[in-house]
Amino acid sequence: MTYLITQTLNGLFSAALLFLIASGLTLAFGVMKIVNIAHGSFYMLGVYIAYTVILRTQSLLLGAAAAIVVVSALGFVMQRFFLRRFGNDPLAQMMMTMGFALLFRDATLMIWGGDPFTLQYPGWLRGSMEAGDVVFPYYRLFVIVVAALVGVALWAINEKTLLGARLRATVDDPEMASAMGINVTLLSGLVFAAGAGLAAFGGVMGGPILGGYAGLDFDLLPLAFVVVIVGGMGSLKGAFVGSLVVGMIDNYGKALVPELSYFTLFAPMILVLALKPTGLYGRA
Amino acid sequence: MLQITDLHTYYGESHVLQGVTLAAARGTVTAVLGRNGVGKTTLCRSIAGLTPARAGAVVFDGNDITRTPPYRIHDLGISLVPQGRRIFPSLTVQENMAIAVNTTRSQGWDLQKVFAVFPRLAERRQNRGNELSGGEQQMLAIARALVARPTFLILDEPTEGLSPMLVAEVAGVIRRLKDEGTSILLAEQNAAFAVKVADYVHVMSKGVVVHSTDPVALWQNEEVKTQLLGVPAAVSPPNTRPGT
Repeated sequence: MTYLITQTLNGLFSAALLFLIASGLTLAFGVMKIVNIAHGSFYMLGVYIAYTVILRTQSLLLGAAAAIVVVSALGFVMQRFFLRRFGNDPLAQMMMTMGFALLFRDATLMIWGGDPFTLQYPGWLRGSMEAGDVVFPYYRLFVIVVAALVGVALWAINEKTLLGARLRATVDDPEMASAMGINVTLLSGLVFAAGAGLAAFGGVMGGPILGGYAGLDFDLLPLAFVVVIVGGMGSLKGAFVGSLVVGMIDNYGKALVPELSYFTLFAPMILVLALKPTGLYGRA
Repeated sequence: MLQITDLHTYYGESHVLQGVTLAAARGTVTAVLGRNGVGKTTLCRSIAGLTPARAGAVVFDGNDITRTPPYRIHDLGISLVPQGRRIFPSLTVQENMAIAVNTTRSQGWDLQKVFAVFPRLAERRQNRGNELSGGEQQMLAIARALVARPTFLILDEPTEGLSPMLVAEVAGVIRRLKDEGTSILLAEQNAAFAVKVADYVHVMSKGVVVHSTDPVALWQNEEVKTQLLGVPAAVSPPNTRPGT
């Protein structure tokens, strides 16, 4: 029982990080149909930028703010000046994001070197919660709560605000959205920037546990894609459910049959694709 | 108000509009008629900026909008009721309108007025677009265009697939908008409907305007009716006339 609870909590922690990464990936796909290979790089850049800022200020909050601002701006520029030029060519866009991913990887190596590290976090989040035999670190609990709050905020923006309605209109029918007065180009840039910022924030949240190292970007990218494909590309709800499914499966898979960890991760994805090609909450 | 000069529009290599010239005067209903595939919808799309013309000019209130992006054209006061309605399925009735609201013009329609004029939309305000009937979708498509407070309204096949009762309701709305001073471009295959509400009629064939006249004269021209509009010769003239 203790084992089950601990593993479930660990699964929730993985799901929380995955949701922060995948929600931006799925939003960008919904609005722009961009398959963004550089999305894992946004996470990685978030970790490294926060690392530099936290070294100087000792503040996780400042580190998170800097990571979000810088990476969002980077995402905006990337969309506005590069990806937008290939508006109707998903393959060209994907290749370009691949190029950016490699560029970011080498730039990170050049600026920060290849030594692994973990992010420092505030003292009040150290230590572990103990309930009976279950011991679970406060920091992981904190990340689960933060991701849940981000999820609620994203849901509220998407479903309850005019901006969210404009966003959904653009996902439904971009051409009609522009005919109804929505500047789809600007909105796309903002969504891409917000998605990049979310991934960077995910990096800061995951940084104290997973740390930063060379290759982090491409370690996380497949997981994020599995989440988005299982949940349905373009669906926020799908990213939420997909994160839970993949977080749990990945965690239990690695705990129970570590030698099959990639199988347990990709088998559900293939199953979902075979039964419902659009993903759980995707649209045709 | 709207002047279109020698407009050429392509879909890829397909040359759809092959030099359309027409004008729509302020405060009038201008109908564009013709069979399926003659370029009526392409003309509407070119004016709204969705398929910009490759050559020629669209001038609206003195502004050349030939290559202006659609959202800017919408801001300038041109609203589109597109063919097939194109309601946003995942937005509620209210949201479908809210995203299109434009308050830069102080006079005009708002959600309250829409709900007063279309009580059915008020009842369905929290329903999503994909939960509406075809008739409700058409009313919503018109309402969504109106809340932008357009000075110029493009209606592309607004009667397509509607019951006679709803067609009459659309006719009533068009007359009302005209009385309020809105200029209207009406693209229709349903010539019998268009001549009832239009002040002036252009007939298109193969991407050009081939015949321009007033509706009464058009309805008396059996040759144009049968050759270009596909109206059987036996159809009797409509019993209502513009202005009656």
